[in-house]
Amino acid sequence: MDELLLRSLTPSVLAVLVRRGADFAAAEDAVQDALVEAVRVWPGDTPRDPKGWLVTVAWRRFLDATRADTSRRRREDRFDEEPAPGPAPAVDDTLQLYFLCAHPSLTPSSAVALTLRAVGGLTTRQIARAYLVPEATMAQRISRAKRTVSGVRFDRPGDVSTVLRVLYLVFNEGYSGDVDLAAEAIRLTRQLAAAIDHPEVAGLLALMLLHHARRASRTGPDGSLVPLAEQDRGRWDTGMIAEGVGILQAALARDRLGEFQAQAAVAALHADAPTAEETDWVQIVEWYDELAGLTDSPVVRLNRAVAVGEADGPRAGLAELAALSDSLPRRTAVAAYLHERDGDLATAARLYAEAAHKAPTLAERDHLTRQAARLNAERR
Amino acid sequence: MAKYLLLKHYRGAPAAVNDVPMDRWTPEEISAHMQYMQDFADRLEKTGEFVDGQALAPEGSWVRYDGEGRPPVTDGPFAETKDLIAGWMIIDVDGHDRAVELAGELSAAPGAGGKPIHEWLEVRPFLTAPPTVTE
Repeated sequence: MDELLLRSLTPSVLAVLVRRGADFAAAEDAVQDALVEAVRVWPGDTPRDPKGWLVTVAWRRFLDATRADTSRRRREDRFDEEPAPGPAPAVDDTLQLYFLCAHPSLTPSSAVALTLRAVGGLTTRQIARAYLVPEATMAQRISRAKRTVSGVRFDRPGDVSTVLRVLYLVFNEGYSGDVDLAAEAIRLTRQLAAAIDHPEVAGLLALMLLHHARRASRTGPDGSLVPLAEQDRGRWDTGMIAEGVGILQAALARDRLGEFQAQAAVAALHADAPTAEETDWVQIVEWYDELAGLTDSPVVRLNRAVAVGEADGPRAGLAELAALSDSLPRRTAVAAYLHERDGDLATAARLYAEAAHKAPTLAERDHLTRQAARLNAERR
Repeated sequence: MAKYLLLKHYRGAPAAVNDVPMDRWTPEEISAHMQYMQDFADRLEKTGEFVDGQALAPEGSWVRYDGEGRPPVTDGPFAETKDLIAGWMIIDVDGHDRAVELAGELSAAPGAGGKPIHEWLEVRPFLTAPPTVTE
C-alpha cells in the first residue's frame, strides 16, 4: 500500500469534515482513525476511490464519537447521518489547513507538530520519534495545539509567511529516525506550492530541493560532517538541482524577491559550481547583500563575511567579521577558518578549539575539534 | 524544539537562599516538596514539554578499564567528590528563554518552613543534530 498516497489525502479529507461542520479537533482525530483503518484494510481490499473511502470512514468515526459525546451531554444530534456530497474545493481547503496549523497563536514546536499530523498525516508516534520525545508528551502537545486553534475561523485567509517558517523548521530538523523530516517538508511544501501561487513558496521549495540534492555528500560514512568545499560533487542529485533551479528561475522572473528566493539563489550558485574553486563568490556576496536588505539578521552578515573572505581574500572577510558580535553562534568557527586561509595557523588552531567548545551540534563540535587537531599536528 | 537538561546538585552548586538540609525539614514539608516536583512534571507533560526526569542515588563508584582480559577496576565511593548530581529533568521547549523560565519554577519548590528553596539549578542545552541548511 502506498503510504504517501494515503498521507497526501489527509488534508483534503480533513477539510471535507471541517466543511461539513465538524470541529477541527474532533475531525482530526476521526481522520487519524480512518488512516489507521486504511492501513489495516487496504492491502487486501484497496478501494477504487481512496479519498471517498477515507471521507466515509472518517465521517462515521466522527459521528460515533460525537454521538457518544452528545448523549453524555444530553444534547441533540446536530449532524445529518449522510450529508449530501457537496462540492469539494480541495485545493483551497488544503491551504486553509496549512494556515490553521501554522496559526500565529501557536508556538513554533506546536505548529510543527500539528502540521505534521493534520496536514502530513503522520501519527503521533511517528512525530514523537522524529523529535525524540515520549509519545505521551507529543500527544499532549498536539491536543493542546488543537485546543489553541479551535476558535479560529476556518475560512479566513492566513499569512503564508508563517506557514513557510513552520515548513522551514521541519526541513531543517533533518533526518532523525524512521521519518525523513526533510523529505516530508519537501512533500508538504510541494503540496503548498500547488495550492497557492506565491514566489516565496516557490523560493522555499527551491531552497529545500537544492539543499536536499547534496544530502548524500554532506556526511562521511562515519556520520562526520563534510564541509561544502570538500563534498564529492559527483554524488549531488543533478535531477533535483535542475528542478530547484528551474523553480527558482521562474520565481525570480516575477520580480518579487523574498528571503527564501535569495537563500535559494545562493544555494543554486553553489550547486552550479563544478568544483569548489569555481564557485562564483562575487555573485554570492551580491545575493547576501540582497538578503541583508530583506532581513536584519546577523546570521546573514556572518555568511556574507565568509563569502567576502572567498571573493576578496581572508583579510577582507576578517574585516567584515570585526563588526559582528562575539556572541553570535558560529562566528568563532568562521574566524578560525579565515585566519587559517590567511596563514595564521596558531590563531586558527586556538579559535577552532574555542569554536568546538561553543558548537551547538555534536557533528560540528567533532568537525571543529578535528580542524584544531589537524592544525596543531601541522605546527608540531 | 530544543532539549535542555535541568540538573539538580546535592553538592557543588552555589548555596540556595533557603539552605536547610532536607533531614531538618518536617515530614509534611518533605511531602509538599515531593508533591511540587510531581505536579511540575505532570504539568510539563500536559504542555507537551516533558521528556524525562530521574533521581540519582547520592553515592556511586568509579569504574575504569584495566586491560585486556582483566575485570574493570572499581573504586570509591569518594565522599569528598566536589560535585554531586541529585537528579535531572529533560525538557523539550521552544528555546532558551522557556528553559530558564521552567528552571526558575522548579527552583521555587518548597523546602523548610514551606518556603521556596531558591536552589541553583544548572541548565544545559543538548548538542543537537546539525541543521539541514548550513550556508
